[in-house]
Amino acid sequence: MSNSTFNSATDVSYLEYQGKHKGLAGWLLSVDHKRIALLYLFSVLSFFLVGLTFGFLMRLELIAPGRTIMDPQTYNSFFTLHGIIMIFLFVVPGLPAIFGNFFLPLVLGAPDVAFPRLNLLSWYLYIIGGAVALISVFLPGGPVDTGWTFYVPYSVRTNTNVIPAMVGAFILGFSSIVTGLNFVVTIHRMRAKGMTFFRMPLFSWSLYATSWIQVLATPIIGITLIMVIFERVFKVGIFDPTLGGDPVLYQHLFWIYSHPAVYIMILPAMGVISEIIPVFSRKTIFGYKFIAFSSLGIAFFGSLVWAHHMFTSGMSTTASIIFSLLTFLVAIPSAVKVFNWVATLYKGSISLEPPMLYALAFIFLFSIGGFTGLIQGALSVDLHIHDTSFIVAHFHYVMFGGTGFGIFAGLHYWFPKMFGRKYNLKVATGAFWALFVGFNLLYFPMFIMGWLGMPRRYYDYLPEFTIYHQISTYGSWILVTAVLVMFGNFLSAIRKGEKTSEPNTWGGTTLEWETTTPPPLLNFKEAPVVTGEPYHYGDAAESAGKEAK
Amino acid sequence: MFSETTYVQQVDNAMIFITAVSAVLLIVITALMIYFVIRYNRKRHPIAVQIEGNTKLEIAWTVIPIIIVMVMFWYGYIGYDTIMNPPADAYKIQVTGKMWVWEFNYPNGIKSDTLFVPYGKPIQCDLKSLDVNHSFYIPALRFKKDVMANRPTKVWFQPEKVGSYDIACAEYCGLNHWNMYTKLVVMPQADYDKWYAAELELQKPTVATTATAEPTK
Ligand SMILES: [Cu+2]
Ligand SMILES: [Cu+2]
Repeated sequence: MSNSTFNSATDVSYLEYQGKHKGLAGWLLSVDHKRIALLYLFSVLSFFLVGLTFGFLMRLELIAPGRTIMDPQTYNSFFTLHGIIMIFLFVVPGLPAIFGNFFLPLVLGAPDVAFPRLNLLSWYLYIIGGAVALISVFLPGGPVDTGWTFYVPYSVRTNTNVIPAMVGAFILGFSSIVTGLNFVVTIHRMRAKGMTFFRMPLFSWSLYATSWIQVLATPIIGITLIMVIFERVFKVGIFDPTLGGDPVLYQHLFWIYSHPAVYIMILPAMGVISEIIPVFSRKTIFGYKFIAFSSLGIAFFGSLVWAHHMFTSGMSTTASIIFSLLTFLVAIPSAVKVFNWVATLYKGSISLEPPMLYALAFIFLFSIGGFTGLIQGALSVDLHIHDTSFIVAHFHYVMFGGTGFGIFAGLHYWFPKMFGRKYNLKVATGAFWALFVGFNLLYFPMFIMGWLGMPRRYYDYLPEFTIYHQISTYGSWILVTAVLVMFGNFLSAIRKGEKTSEPNTWGGTTLEWETTTPPPLLNFKEAPVVTGEPYHYGDAAESAGKEAK
Repeated sequence: MFSETTYVQQVDNAMIFITAVSAVLLIVITALMIYFVIRYNRKRHPIAVQIEGNTKLEIAWTVIPIIIVMVMFWYGYIGYDTIMNPPADAYKIQVTGKMWVWEFNYPNGIKSDTLFVPYGKPIQCDLKSLDVNHSFYIPALRFKKDVMANRPTKVWFQPEKVGSYDIACAEYCGLNHWNMYTKLVVMPQADYDKWYAAELELQKPTVATTATAEPTK
């Protein structure tokens, strides 16, 4: 093959490349980061649809007071499964495992990630973890009903299948650690010639910060879940008061991971937004270094604010004050990013294709999520709204309006590069607006209800909350429809969308747009050499100007 | 220290302050985005002006938000300081949570499943759980406090009006968590005294047995 001028590893797209294995095995045994990314894409989005179904049914139950379609035990299992699926199987792995896998090597100018086999292993861990977590639905005893937070003592005492859910989460944790480790090494060792850290696209910076949190924080949740399992099986007495344990200790250990996990979820989405805004504004990013360092700032300070989930737990006043102060400070790097994105639009040359619409919606929804986070960070206010639907609204604005919209933004942005097909722009735009409206109808009323005293994880409610619950349920119908239209649009594009081999769909300046569409197995024909900063639009704008004349 | 305002007002003030500042900032951010998108639309503005950054501006929008959030923190701290320090003369009621009911025990030994309190006195609730975690939540009074088996917690309030208010459980505690509702009933002192005496009469047998059983333990 080396004698021939044609090399299938650099000339044929990764979708057509024939390796050792053929057919389905060519996917399930492939160590190509792009194929693994597609495995993740389809599995993550499938789990998302399952989680979406649970959420949809819960909203349906809540459309009117009293029993509507299910009993309380079913409802309790549904919100638990909805949480476990959405957090551990969709939001946490979503961006790093799909787009990080596919595009980190591409934007760095590398042929693959540092450890391709570990990469495939992480996908198998993901599938096994997901299967173990969901198998609890079918085992005798009934699906887990503890909430995704598994708070002790309830999780030690309930008769439902807590252990499979925890073992599943434990395995998923390892998938996450392996991915994180892989990315840290990839970023340190695999950058193209000339690509210094400060020439890396901001998406890589955000993945770098994320990966460190994954590697450092995830083991804590793993150990904690194992301790709870020990407590259930051997009655050891670490967390359960009747055995001599302390439930507040559990809460600390749980949130030491789970708060940083919030940043595992949101940072890569911020990275995607930082890629999209310059491209659709034809303008270099405003304050590259501030954005890059704010990722590291978020990762660092985000590890020191976990106990803001516990202001009502009777923790000491000193601890509460420190955690409240740090919580307010961690908002700053996020605010800096928002200001920089908006400033990037200034004097740009803006076009509103679907990826840009999602990016702008991200800024709006994430800002609402961030501001309402400040409201909860205030100690006295938190005593009122903690564990109410206000919190539910807040984290859906951050996790769905933020990370979810970030995933959809990435999908619309990179889809043509990944599949070599075009999706229908009009349908995508329509679905976007429906999603945006449905989202706000679904979640905004929860802020009002929460402030009025509607606790969360409630199967039923007092009559005065009916109107808010109804609006919210109507919103969920619009949102679900929009998601289905969006996914339908992508599926039909994969099957019969117009083919494109245009390397640079949107006029991006990062390396993934320099290789062919879809990229070949080894990503680039020749190893790229980097000579300047990313988002360099100066010359492009000048040449565009010349063309205009 | 902050006795001029009640706890409820302090919470509401903090909420209003933070929400107002946030709303203004959100409107500014959104308005700028919309304005830029229209003003610098590619048709109208085909060539972008390259701006790498502006250190002074970026320092400004790092430092000013720090000052703003510190003020927000302070507003939140004021109310917290109030509720964490019950007055020494507060009237003490023992609150017990268990799956899925509340029980209230009064100083004279009587108990009830609705919380009756006299108007005009600071009330301190000492909280304890008999099983899993619960959270004692009175939305009208703007507080909740977790209720645990191994850690006694407490909370205090001074009712501002005679009337009845919802008490909910805010920490998920299993099957009927959603139905762990009861009422706080605030009565004028005279009515309360009457109820308190009548209840003692009614519950005398049980109160007496617990009272005599106590010392032998
Ligand atoms: Cu948190
Ligand atoms: Cu409860």
